[in-house]
Amino acid sequence: MRLLLSIILLPAAAGVASYLIRSHRVRRTLWVVTAAAHLALAVMAAMPPEATAAERWIGLDALSAIFLVLASLLFFGASVYGVGYVAREPIVPRADFEDGSLFKNEPESVFTGGILLLLATMSLAIVSRHLALQWVAIEATTLASAPLIYYHQNRRSLEAAWKYLILCSVGIAVALLGVFFIRMAMQEEPRDLTLTALLGQADTLNHKWLATAFIFMLVGYGTKMGLAPLHSWLPDAHSEAPSPVSALLSGALLNCAFLGILRVQQVCAEAGMAAFGGDLLILFGLLSMGLAGVFILRQADYKRLLAYSSVEHMGILAVAVGMGGLGLFGAMLHAVNHSIVKAMLFFTAGNILSRFHTKDTAKIQGVCSVLPISGALWIAGFLAITGSPPFGTFISEFTILRASVEQGRWIVAGLYSLFLLVVFVGMSVIVLRMALGQSQAARQRESWTAVLSPLAFALLALLLGVYLPAPLADKLHGAAGLLGGLAK
Amino acid sequence: MDIISVLLILSCLLLLGSSRLSVAIRVVAAQGILLGVLPLIRSMGEFTAGIWVLSVSTVISKSIVLPWLMRICLRNSEIRREIEPFIGFGSSLLCGTGLLALAVWITARMPSVPGKLPVGFLMTSSFFLIFVGLFLMVTRRKALTQSLAYLVLENGVYGVGVSMSLDFPFVVELGILLDVFVGVFLMGNLLFHLDREFEHMDVDKLTELSDVTEPPISGREEIA
Repeated sequence: MRLLLSIILLPAAAGVASYLIRSHRVRRTLWVVTAAAHLALAVMAAMPPEATAAERWIGLDALSAIFLVLASLLFFGASVYGVGYVAREPIVPRADFEDGSLFKNEPESVFTGGILLLLATMSLAIVSRHLALQWVAIEATTLASAPLIYYHQNRRSLEAAWKYLILCSVGIAVALLGVFFIRMAMQEEPRDLTLTALLGQADTLNHKWLATAFIFMLVGYGTKMGLAPLHSWLPDAHSEAPSPVSALLSGALLNCAFLGILRVQQVCAEAGMAAFGGDLLILFGLLSMGLAGVFILRQADYKRLLAYSSVEHMGILAVAVGMGGLGLFGAMLHAVNHSIVKAMLFFTAGNILSRFHTKDTAKIQGVCSVLPISGALWIAGFLAITGSPPFGTFISEFTILRASVEQGRWIVAGLYSLFLLVVFVGMSVIVLRMALGQSQAARQRESWTAVLSPLAFALLALLLGVYLPAPLADKLHGAAGLLGGLAK
Repeated sequence: MDIISVLLILSCLLLLGSSRLSVAIRVVAAQGILLGVLPLIRSMGEFTAGIWVLSVSTVISKSIVLPWLMRICLRNSEIRREIEPFIGFGSSLLCGTGLLALAVWITARMPSVPGKLPVGFLMTSSFFLIFVGLFLMVTRRKALTQSLAYLVLENGVYGVGVSMSLDFPFVVELGILLDVFVGVFLMGNLLFHLDREFEHMDVDKLTELSDVTEPPISGREEIA
């Protein structure tokens, strides 16, 4: 309990301190040190098997342990990358790449403070076991991240931040109604919204109210998770945010909203309504995959390309959870893989952007010759995100496909493979054209902060493809068990 | 409680029918007071410190601080009225009655749970608030109206919570209030920038980021 509290309070305190510290050097050190300490604490909290799951308000089970360590790991990577990123950003106003208007960055203290507060709110969202508290935390993540999207204070980031704030806030307001409805479904004491209480009286929950609640929470948190057709804010926000923030938004924050949906699906499964929620999840998931595929095919902006790929992968997760059984394990593994690879891709995209000064894929050629490391990472990241062997995503995507075939869901399996293929083709054309070829730009030495995090994440993604460590596998199976377990 | 419900419904109709933004801000502030009184009435005379804190902070945030912020935004911009909404004010009122009917229909069909069903008039008016909030958000052009509409929507959700007589822990209730407050506060902050960057606050002209249509030559033709 005390450990979990420190996981939330440490970044919160560091965030508040960042607003006040004037020295850049001290603030940047604080950022990285906090991230490292948070990662250490998160691993310590996650290691013991189910030690604190009995806590009422906050606690860790296998499901939240995975997401907590994942978020913390990504944040650590983003902090190493981020200190270099903010140090390279000019302080004086400068001309916009695209429309030429002058803009000036947010003060660095506001940025660092905001990103640390984002970590605090994400941690709370992950560890809370009280559904209303979780709602408060998920809404708070939106509020903490909106100023981060507006870091480059130009017109496009302003538009993105506005859409993000409005659409996600409305979506999450809808989810709060869902939380109220779950409370109406409870017919026994204690009527508090803790998972312990809900799972304890799952047999007697009123099914009509629970179904209504599920729909509201799916739509509400689905907006934040980026499920089509509620995703319209996502490509804007993820492409206009500075790259370390994009990595966190795609890799860690989407997972928090996903966890919100998983919790109510967990309750539904316990109440014997897994199929009801599952069908809806499959529908939303396939829709997201298909829609993302269409937009990836004709995408002219490589950061938007990555954003749509996030929509696609959230769709994959929704489909996998919807199918249940083996799909649940696949979903958990895929969430881990996707976060790591997507963060690495956004870091690399940031390197490309800062060298070539354009997000237009048609204007970039020869990344490999100009930025050798980033170019190699760009190709590796493309292979990983599209689920090619030997990366971990291949195993998880294949597991999900196997689940659909085993269950005899041929339509789902067919559409799922088709959409994966569309995305593969769409991305390969764009990424390979960018990476290969000749460029007029001179070869540039890359700073170690810019390539260290993506390199480490790329190795991790590769490692997960060939070897799944036993403690992680235990947690993944445990999480799948919580959601309704192996095929019933 | 029924009086409050009626007043809430009337305030929404006023919102739908008025073009002046300053009136809209005042109406939303009045809603904040009505909602602040609700927890006091709900507790049936047993006032604990927590209820007082909640009630007072609701009134302070929703009907004093946020309207004050909106008023500053309004003063800084050149806008006084909502011009040419996508659906006119008369038709908006007509739609409003339709939404009210929808709210009545939905609350009448709520599945009942034995032993606790305080589904009453307040539930109807809260759902009406939610619908009106959503309606305003999609039919009005000004970013300021959108943030007001979000506040109306949140007021509605809060009302649903009260009418279901949910008793969340104090911390959670305060957290929900804080989230809404900070959310609208941030929107207000962005409004300043919107006004400065785009020289207007029309959300339908925020179209630089889009994949569906070719982006227009930004909103610059207005400045020229």
